[in-house]
Amino acid sequence: MSTTERFIPDRLQSPLATRLKSWESLLLLVAIAIFIANSFASPYFLNAWSLSDATFNFTEKAMIAFAMALLIISGEIDLSVASIIALASTAMGAALQLGAGTPVLILVGLGTGLLCGAFNGVLVTRLGLPSIVVTIGTMSLFRGISYIVLGDQAFRGYPADFAFFGQGYVFWVVSFEFVLFVLLAIIYSVVLHRTNFGRTVYAIGNNPTGALFSGIRVARVKFILFLLTGLMAGVASICLTSRLGSTRPSIATGLELEVVTMVVLGGVNILGGSGTIPGVFIAAFVMGLVTFGLGLLNVPGIVMSIVIGALLIGVIALPRLWAMWRK
Amino acid sequence: MIRRNFTKLLAGVSLATSFMGTTAMADDTMRIALVVKALGIGFFEAAAKGAEEAAAELGNVEVIYTGPTDTTAEGQIEVINSLIAQGVDAIAVSSNDTDALVPTLKKAMQRGITVISWDSGVAPEGRQVHLNPSSNPLIGNMIIKLAADHLPDGGEVALLSATTTSTNQNVWIEEMNKVMGNYPGIEVVATVYGDDLADKSYREAQGLMQSYPDLDAIIAPTSVGIVAAAQAVADAGKIGEVNVTGLGLPSEMAGAIESGASKSFAIWNPIDLGYSATMIAYQLASENAVAEPGATIEIGRMGSITLDDTNAAAMADPFVYDSSNIDQFKSIF
Repeated sequence: MSTTERFIPDRLQSPLATRLKSWESLLLLVAIAIFIANSFASPYFLNAWSLSDATFNFTEKAMIAFAMALLIISGEIDLSVASIIALASTAMGAALQLGAGTPVLILVGLGTGLLCGAFNGVLVTRLGLPSIVVTIGTMSLFRGISYIVLGDQAFRGYPADFAFFGQGYVFWVVSFEFVLFVLLAIIYSVVLHRTNFGRTVYAIGNNPTGALFSGIRVARVKFILFLLTGLMAGVASICLTSRLGSTRPSIATGLELEVVTMVVLGGVNILGGSGTIPGVFIAAFVMGLVTFGLGLLNVPGIVMSIVIGALLIGVIALPRLWAMWRK
Repeated sequence: MIRRNFTKLLAGVSLATSFMGTTAMADDTMRIALVVKALGIGFFEAAAKGAEEAAAELGNVEVIYTGPTDTTAEGQIEVINSLIAQGVDAIAVSSNDTDALVPTLKKAMQRGITVISWDSGVAPEGRQVHLNPSSNPLIGNMIIKLAADHLPDGGEVALLSATTTSTNQNVWIEEMNKVMGNYPGIEVVATVYGDDLADKSYREAQGLMQSYPDLDAIIAPTSVGIVAAAQAVADAGKIGEVNVTGLGLPSEMAGAIESGASKSFAIWNPIDLGYSATMIAYQLASENAVAEPGATIEIGRMGSITLDDTNAAAMADPFVYDSSNIDQFKSIF
């Protein structure tokens, strides 16, 4: 009796090869290239404190981007996140006027984020409205409330211990925001890539009808994702308000597009169905490094926007051009 | 192939930018950053021109003119962070937010950078000196002087203000009343309020001309009111009889100056403002001056300023615009 063993691969390419050819590796290469280019371009780049300061350019946006990535993978989008930041910050400022301490301010910030997320979620999942339309509406609504409350005034005088969230350091140059950013990246990675919930998010994004008939509670999952996005906007609002030390209704204007850019640059399909958290994580660094590097050279902001735009189109077009060229 | 080109491109970009970067670190040149509310605004482009003028006069100064794309505090913080990283010698900022810039600017000062604000200030703990374009007494005096200069034999003037509760306008009018004794023969016959609305201001100006047929001048210390009043005078065919003056923007007032409805008006001069801010930053950073209440700082061709209790100072009289210089400024702001 002899058994002939034949090796049958369970996948077409070795895991290493797949990984090397992945979007994340390409993005990582881009990030490293930008890092090296920056070190040559400016003598001020390789400085621990400078680099630490630079992380603030993307940590708050990235916190929202993780939740937004899940939402976009599921086929929805939330354009109201910047306005949720404004409303949550205004709510915290109002609570402050009523004598709230730091713990209450945190709860108010997170609570406002959750409520806004729930509002978006109900409109999308209960009434079946398209999320892009709903959140364009709530984008004006949430910020509008802030403007009504504050007008041209500002809330200021946040307690000293509240400043820790946006200005504090955990050890040496590592800021609290950066630690939170890394922690959230790990949590969202696990949720998306290692849990049943994560699998259902992909299933919904690829085929919502199919997912529904497979017994997935599509509306509930989407509602949870809107809640999470709102919650993350609340977290970002706490960090940003703490960093600025004041609240104005114009806070975080235009941030939603940077968050979406980060998500798409991270390799998430804007039509839903695919994408990874590590990709978004690296994309956050890419965007932060580009803006900081160009900032050190005093490149005007409008040129920075052009570079980010070109980078986005370039990184997305590159794999397609590569594939076409190989044929 | 394409991938290789991309890396080439990146290398090219980094090479090009490294050439741009090296000029900044030359010897002991003092680097002063002029941070504005947003790039692409004529007023601030003119201020940058003034800053360059100051730099040329001082010699060993390099001006870094920068600012965010939108008028947000967050954008300015990013810009200021990169300036701190570059270790510039001084930052002169026209801020988008009185309070939000304070933590970042404090950090800049802790790292030995001179910080001043100009035009739009930051809270005292976030800067060493604030430069106001002018002061309430200077403005109050200027608005009546503008009218009186064209009325050597005296005459009747009326005020067209913003709203009854507009703090700025009320203070200016109060200051104006204090110096009325210096302008004998000039009589203020009425004060009306156009609420900073073009149509209401226009009707109020019409009303003034009907109620006071001998009116010689309308003073509007508001950019909305002055344009509306000039239009009302032109429409009533009273150009040459009633002179409209006050505070306005050159771009909006160019037509009125051309038609003669307004002989002259005043507002800050952004070139002088950028020039003075750079001079102050230079004086403080080179330790030729100290930032403390009562201190005097020399600012080149603009003379000198004296700091008040909050380390703030007024630059000068509002700048007078008339047919001789309106063409130069109407495209600026």
